[in-house]
Amino acid sequence: MKVTFTLNGKETKAEFAPGETLFHYLRSQEIYSVKNGCELGECGACTALVDNKAQNSCLIMMHTVEGKKIETVENLGSKNNLHHLQQKFLDEGAVQCGYCTPGMILASEALLRENKQPSTEDIRDALAGNLCRCTGYVKPIKAVSHE
Amino acid sequence: MNEKQTTNNDMKYVGKKTVRVDGLALVSGQPVFADDLQLRDMLHIKILHSPHAHAHIKSIDTSLAAQVPGVQLILTHEDFETHYYTTAGQGYPEPSSRDTRIFDSTVRYVGDRVAAVAAETLAAAEEAIEKIKVEYEILEALLDPRESLTSNIMVHEQSGLTMVHDHKRNLIAELKAELGDVEAAMEKADHVFEQEYSVPFAQQSHIEPHIAVTWMDEHNRLIIRTATQVPFHVRRIVAEVLDFPISRIRVIKPRIGGGFGSKQEILNEEVCAAVTLKTGQPARIEYTREEELFAARSRHPQILKVRMGVKNDGFIEAIDLNILENGGAYGTHSLTVMSVTANKALSFYAAPNKKLLGQAVYTNMSVPGAYRGYGAPQGFFAMEVMLDEIATELKIDPTELRHKNYIKEGDDVPIAKILGEGGEGYPMKIYTSGMADCIDEGKKLINWDELYNEEKSGRVRRGVGMIGCGQGSGIPGIDMAAAFIKMNEDASFNLLAGATDIGTGSDTMLAQIAAEVLEVPVEKIIVYSSDTDMTPFDTGAYASSTTYISGGAVKKAAEKVKQQILDMGKKLLEVDEASIKNGCVIAADGNSVTYQEICTKAFYTHEQHQIMANASHMSYDSPPPFNTTFAEIEVDTETGIVRVKKIVSVSDAGQVINPQMAEGQVEGAIPQSLGYALSEYMIFDDKGAPINTNFFDYHIHTAIDMPEIVTKFVHTDEPTGPFGAKAIAEIPINGPAPAIANAIYNACGVRLRELPITPEKILKGLGKI
Ligand code: FES
Ligand code: FES
Repeated sequence: MKVTFTLNGKETKAEFAPGETLFHYLRSQEIYSVKNGCELGECGACTALVDNKAQNSCLIMMHTVEGKKIETVENLGSKNNLHHLQQKFLDEGAVQCGYCTPGMILASEALLRENKQPSTEDIRDALAGNLCRCTGYVKPIKAVSHE
Repeated sequence: MNEKQTTNNDMKYVGKKTVRVDGLALVSGQPVFADDLQLRDMLHIKILHSPHAHAHIKSIDTSLAAQVPGVQLILTHEDFETHYYTTAGQGYPEPSSRDTRIFDSTVRYVGDRVAAVAAETLAAAEEAIEKIKVEYEILEALLDPRESLTSNIMVHEQSGLTMVHDHKRNLIAELKAELGDVEAAMEKADHVFEQEYSVPFAQQSHIEPHIAVTWMDEHNRLIIRTATQVPFHVRRIVAEVLDFPISRIRVIKPRIGGGFGSKQEILNEEVCAAVTLKTGQPARIEYTREEELFAARSRHPQILKVRMGVKNDGFIEAIDLNILENGGAYGTHSLTVMSVTANKALSFYAAPNKKLLGQAVYTNMSVPGAYRGYGAPQGFFAMEVMLDEIATELKIDPTELRHKNYIKEGDDVPIAKILGEGGEGYPMKIYTSGMADCIDEGKKLINWDELYNEEKSGRVRRGVGMIGCGQGSGIPGIDMAAAFIKMNEDASFNLLAGATDIGTGSDTMLAQIAAEVLEVPVEKIIVYSSDTDMTPFDTGAYASSTTYISGGAVKKAAEKVKQQILDMGKKLLEVDEASIKNGCVIAADGNSVTYQEICTKAFYTHEQHQIMANASHMSYDSPPPFNTTFAEIEVDTETGIVRVKKIVSVSDAGQVINPQMAEGQVEGAIPQSLGYALSEYMIFDDKGAPINTNFFDYHIHTAIDMPEIVTKFVHTDEPTGPFGAKAIAEIPINGPAPAIANAIYNACGVRLRELPITPEKILKGLGKI
């Protein structure tokens, strides 16, 4: 099966097996910033932006991404040129093991695209689907609030 | 060398915020975790787990499974000689029971390993697993630790096990100790308190599952890239289990997505390595979340009976502690977790008379292992709830009662010598304790006097509760770490350390220590850690040992390098005396030579040599960090629902090396204990099968569940620690659960002695159901 969509700014044609998830596809393309924490839609480690919304890529079937705009953390910034949220996460100490971090950053970015001045409650809500076992969410919330 | 006396104020890098050395890679999504690579011809491994809590395998028919296209190898107990080992991932000789085979013909819990399939695709491996036909003779299962000692069910019938106290009675380990005369002191005490407390199975729940990848390299050596806390133990244990030489194994620890003790276990590395050795192909094994929740490791459940003899003025004279620990189906960490429970629960109270009976027993239940806190959360739950009961009964403010009873600076802790890590320990003295300040600071931050004493009425009642606790800094006389530092001509330094950063930030903290000694910015320290080919040995990331032990090794190595720089500088300046400042060696006459010049000349023109040094460090001390945790909660007396509003956690971790990361350790530990109190517990059906095996049913805290968190450090200067440091990683996990239980009593008068705390238990306590 085939779909065409935008992946990190690039027009992409993908061939995939029936039942393949966006999560698997992305990792097979060596986009390793999407992580497996459950593959059941419970943890947010696999978060990708789909048309600017944070989604669990492990629940998205490839056939549904036709024409969509897909982004991963690679699209926000690079090692040489960090996105301000990536920088904020670093500065605030919001990264511990870092496994949840790409997902957290994307969920935060989705929030900020919609709401430039989120309240702490807004941020908590936006991060509610991203489990983190290291930070207690204190510093990630701070990293987004300072925006 | 004449070591400069450092005080807090003139330190440049220690005690300062530093961005993590691995941060850039992590925020930009670099392929730094174990699974972030693709290898040609990689095989995917799936495990067939036992559906029964206790059964003999009569036969295994793999013929259908082998026909699934892509299946390359199927492993069962028939493929391996009988060899017993422990999966505990501890130093050698391990203090855990050697009662585990890589595959066994008896299964002892729901989730036990029956077979493994390696196939070209995950889907093929999954399909083949379904097609393995196993004929079981189902045995009666032992599902209640209270019955273990007298049951006629034997979890381990077989002989040949070592480090098992008495397998016929299902007794994994037994600990007895007495200090003073407990019975005489109880007789004399004005009050004797006696209660039973209990705590359940709980899961570490790191977000990255257990994952290992293995392959044979160009030189036909076995490479194991694995999410582990103990790379050197992985190498030793895989070598032992597969009878393969250590010299041909390299274990690489990439970035780790959290461990919390769970990745101390040798959970799947030996199976993955076996597949690679047998097929010659790369192999990969990753647990699903479901497997994590029924076939990985957890926190040991315990039933703790506590008796305390107390004087009218609140001084505790005698403590009698009785622990029954559920070791599950295998005795990994059973003895040592129990000895930590006993050691911590008994050593933090100054009472002169103490007695212990601890028994760890087998059941046909999930296998507990190491989990942050390692026995201390269980022990402090019992002790600190009982202290609250004493305070209530004797009408003494709980904070006051703690001031009276905790050990203090200068105290000897004789029980520590009796109760070491699974055996006799070492004498312990408290050189530093900020406990009194921790109590007073916490009181202020939670507004104790007002909230504790306020009138409680209405449907929703507010309450506050508090606890105090301690931990250790590494395992005395056991943990050892080594580090190696070499200098480059731009005055940067490679630091190769055995220490295992599992997301704690230890690489950064070690870089700060090296930078402080060498007087160069942290960016000049290039850290590479825990790779058995490249770095010196370290026992691993557990027991809060990294700052204290590995930090000590790095400090020593850096001091040696600094001395070499100074010596070389003096030679180049042709002087006998010189000092180091701002990256230069400076003579009394003002002449100087830069680090860069020194290293470049040492490389190319003068007495050519590499400036480098290594050092090892261990300690017979394990100075306890201290902590108080205060909770403010609300109880809805109609629904029994508890809402945690605020947690204050005040710690004495000595000189904090990196304040932001230390805060992060506390902030991350708190929700784990909130979960332990309120929502995280493994539920078993009547056949012993765990049923809440996903994150919807096993609820860990999310961003919206979090209360307000206040963390604070009080300063002490630990003379035995690097730059005055003690540990911080584990201690903050001890407090929230008992503090919440105590706050509930303060709010509504319901005394809860059993975790988890559920609305049902509160309503029962209120007499409403
Ligand atoms: S991996 Fe997709 S939500 Fe957990
Ligand atoms: S930083 Fe480790 S899971 Fe979030």
